[in-house]
Amino acid sequence: MKLTLKIWRQAGPKAKGQIVDYPVEGISEDMSFLEMLDVLNDRLVREGQEPVAFDHDCREGICGSCGIMIEGRAHGPNRKAATCELRMRSFPDGDTLTVEPWRARPFPVIKDLVVDRTAFDRIMQAGGYVSVKTGQAPDANAIPVPKHHAEEAMDAAACIGCGACVATCPNGSAMLFVAAKVSQFALLPQGHAERKERVERMLAQMDTEGFGACSNTYACEAECPKQISVEHIARLNREFVRAKAL
Amino acid sequence: MSILDSKVPEGPIERKWTAHKNHIHLVNPANKRRIDVIVVGTGLAGSSAAASLAEMGYNVKTFCYQDSARRAHSIAAQGGINAAKNYQNDGDSVYRLFYDTLKGGDYRSREANTYRLAEVSASIIDQCVAQGVPFARDYGGLLDNRSFGGAQVSRTFYARGQTGQQLLLGAYSALMRQVGKGKVKMYDRHEMLDLVVVGGKARGIIARNLVTGKLERHGAHAVLLCTGGYGNVFFLSTNAMGCNVTAAWKSHKRGAFMANPCYTQIHPTCIPVSGDHQSKLTLMSESLRNDGRIWVPKKLEDAKAIQQGKKKGSDIAEEDRDYYLERRYPSFGNLVPRDVASRAAKERCDAGFGVNRTGEAVYLDFSAAIERYGKMEANVHHIDNPSKEKVRELGMKVVSAKYGNLFDMYENIVGENPYEHPMKIYPAVHYTMGGLWVDYNLQSTVPGMYVLGEANFSDHGANRLGASALMQGLADGYFVIPYTIADQLAGEIRTGPIKTDTTEFEQAEQHVRSRIEQLMNTKGTEPVDHFHKRLGKVMWDKCGMARNAKGLQEAIEEIRRIREDFWKNVRVPGKADEFNQELEKAGRVADFLELGELMCKDALHRNESCGGHFREEYQTEEGEALRDDNNFAYVGAWEWKGDPGAAELHKEALKFTVLQLSQRSYK
Repeated sequence: MKLTLKIWRQAGPKAKGQIVDYPVEGISEDMSFLEMLDVLNDRLVREGQEPVAFDHDCREGICGSCGIMIEGRAHGPNRKAATCELRMRSFPDGDTLTVEPWRARPFPVIKDLVVDRTAFDRIMQAGGYVSVKTGQAPDANAIPVPKHHAEEAMDAAACIGCGACVATCPNGSAMLFVAAKVSQFALLPQGHAERKERVERMLAQMDTEGFGACSNTYACEAECPKQISVEHIARLNREFVRAKAL
Repeated sequence: MSILDSKVPEGPIERKWTAHKNHIHLVNPANKRRIDVIVVGTGLAGSSAAASLAEMGYNVKTFCYQDSARRAHSIAAQGGINAAKNYQNDGDSVYRLFYDTLKGGDYRSREANTYRLAEVSASIIDQCVAQGVPFARDYGGLLDNRSFGGAQVSRTFYARGQTGQQLLLGAYSALMRQVGKGKVKMYDRHEMLDLVVVGGKARGIIARNLVTGKLERHGAHAVLLCTGGYGNVFFLSTNAMGCNVTAAWKSHKRGAFMANPCYTQIHPTCIPVSGDHQSKLTLMSESLRNDGRIWVPKKLEDAKAIQQGKKKGSDIAEEDRDYYLERRYPSFGNLVPRDVASRAAKERCDAGFGVNRTGEAVYLDFSAAIERYGKMEANVHHIDNPSKEKVRELGMKVVSAKYGNLFDMYENIVGENPYEHPMKIYPAVHYTMGGLWVDYNLQSTVPGMYVLGEANFSDHGANRLGASALMQGLADGYFVIPYTIADQLAGEIRTGPIKTDTTEFEQAEQHVRSRIEQLMNTKGTEPVDHFHKRLGKVMWDKCGMARNAKGLQEAIEEIRRIREDFWKNVRVPGKADEFNQELEKAGRVADFLELGELMCKDALHRNESCGGHFREEYQTEEGEALRDDNNFAYVGAWEWKGDPGAAELHKEALKFTVLQLSQRSYK
């Protein structure tokens, strides 16, 4: 395959970025999108140019490191797939692809396609946990959890923290990310003791970081590589109202 | 050569750990606040250790190379975590888990550590459930289990195919809670590039801020390495792209012995290599072997036709299929341990029976399972005389509910529907049992430096059983180190903060700086990956699933040549004082180029076969691994002497007081 890539290049956080065109050749349909970038980078290094910086690690869709806007779609055109899971057979030969970093105020660009997502960590620090010290736990089977609650909690817990929901949202909202964690713990008895403080603190931190509010476009669910449902946002809202009412 | 003291406590094995905990030093709460601990790596071992130590009151600094602690590669573990809970009432016990782990490791692990691992396993599940980890449950709301490669009881807890993710997020949430409280200072996008030893004790690290390129000095009273395994020395592995040996290797050069580096686990069920562009390999969970049957054609001409694309697996009649694991190992069948399953696949493919273009793949077939489940479902739904299609439809639903995400992943990568055509799989490097030598307290040969999780060597011997890596990472972090570290730290309460403006820190930083400059200034012609791929090929061909003396000697020569070439011809673009991913890779590959030689040296010296270390010269008539317990029942721990080839061997004799050494048999 041959492709033309239009890639966002930005030397550093304060540098001015621009789109640069790169033709790539000899691409196999079995390659992942990131392996295609490896081919480009190999050539750039050999030519004495700076390779394109991008975050990646597990390359099997679970660590959440990668995240690239491809033709304006977070993680590219395929559903249920992170960028690293995207194969080149998803694109026609000769295609032109615009390749950009996540764009959201709370995710500043570090270099090229690499952004700073530590805002997510700070939201987690605000309340994304159950306060249990090591060694305090009762027997694991002491509290039965109905299977459907456990399954729904797992649906939410599948979030990989990649930030596609934010990148794709017209408001740059992190509601789906926050909802996934709040919902997981709201569904499990272990999370109930702190449910009020959790939802209040996590949402407050979300606002502090500069993420927008949900405007119900549901783009987040559509682009989420783990297909996390906006129903969890509904549960987040219920938890918030509940916290305020009680 | 010296004899290493493992500091295993006296007494009967089932009382060692309790007795040890009762007599270990304690640090009082006020004094804990005066003690700083560095934790490098935020996988299961690192996150759980950092969170637990901070909860206890120590001041913790945590480092990871990723942009967030949550991304460490523990997250990719699919299948599950073992624990001796006996919730399924199938006769499981601490003893049985210990027995399976020790036997599975081919009697090359330290008995007391393995027993302790089994002993604390049940508490891990309690801890994780309390954190809100959504394990699979049955309809009564209690925890579900499955059986997993190499075990005859159902002791594996799981969260769909994402158990590692859920356990890591549990530990990460505990860690984030402590970061929020200010008890842990988190340094993400930081890489440890040297260990600082002062007066014979580990006193800190030199880390590079990967965003700015700045070198930083961090002092502490103890350093914990939780930095995972070194499988990426093979270039292609199931490890994440960034997984590396650098922190462990730098520590090795500062005095930590590297134990059994040749023990590598090759996982039997991975998606085969598709071409030269391949950057990593993807594991298909071992849980698939519970229902999938592994086979190759019986006839060479069928295999040839498949390799040439003239036939498909589904064209081969039932009687022409060779279910070689069921044939060779009737009692364990497709569930034999990983090393056995991997070697059996290689044996068939080497004999010409492989089932893809490269001849390096075997089938993992679910058609029998689909039919079996379909018939069961038909009974449940009172469908009499269901048609073949109906049975298939019902069966596919069951298989999809159990393994749907894995089937989707396979189809996405390979571009072929695994419900229609049998999956193709081949072994790939997955885990390294070897690692830095530690005593019973998890302390390395550098006092004050501890090693946890995959980075150490102690619990799995020469082969790790499925679902035991998660268990070990969390056992070390939650339930071992919080107790054992106090033994050392109790002596540090009057030390005061560790100063970093000393000669030792200065020299270590200079050392790191000059190595970076050397990489930047080489200005050769070849990118880093070029050398990494060459190294990987040598390692895979000559120090992989099967090894022999001649191949290993050649490998050592070849690796030396690649290393020499690397330092002459590597090209690292950009600058050192900026975000520079090529520079990061270059540093890691430089260390792999040294480690690889030591692995070969270790494999060459171990004139026996055990677990994942299969020396072709030492096998039974039936082609099974042949141990030599008289001469090799020891841990081989290597001391750095300025060059990998000059490493000096030290031994820790392995004593087995509970189990009789026997040849592993899964027949």
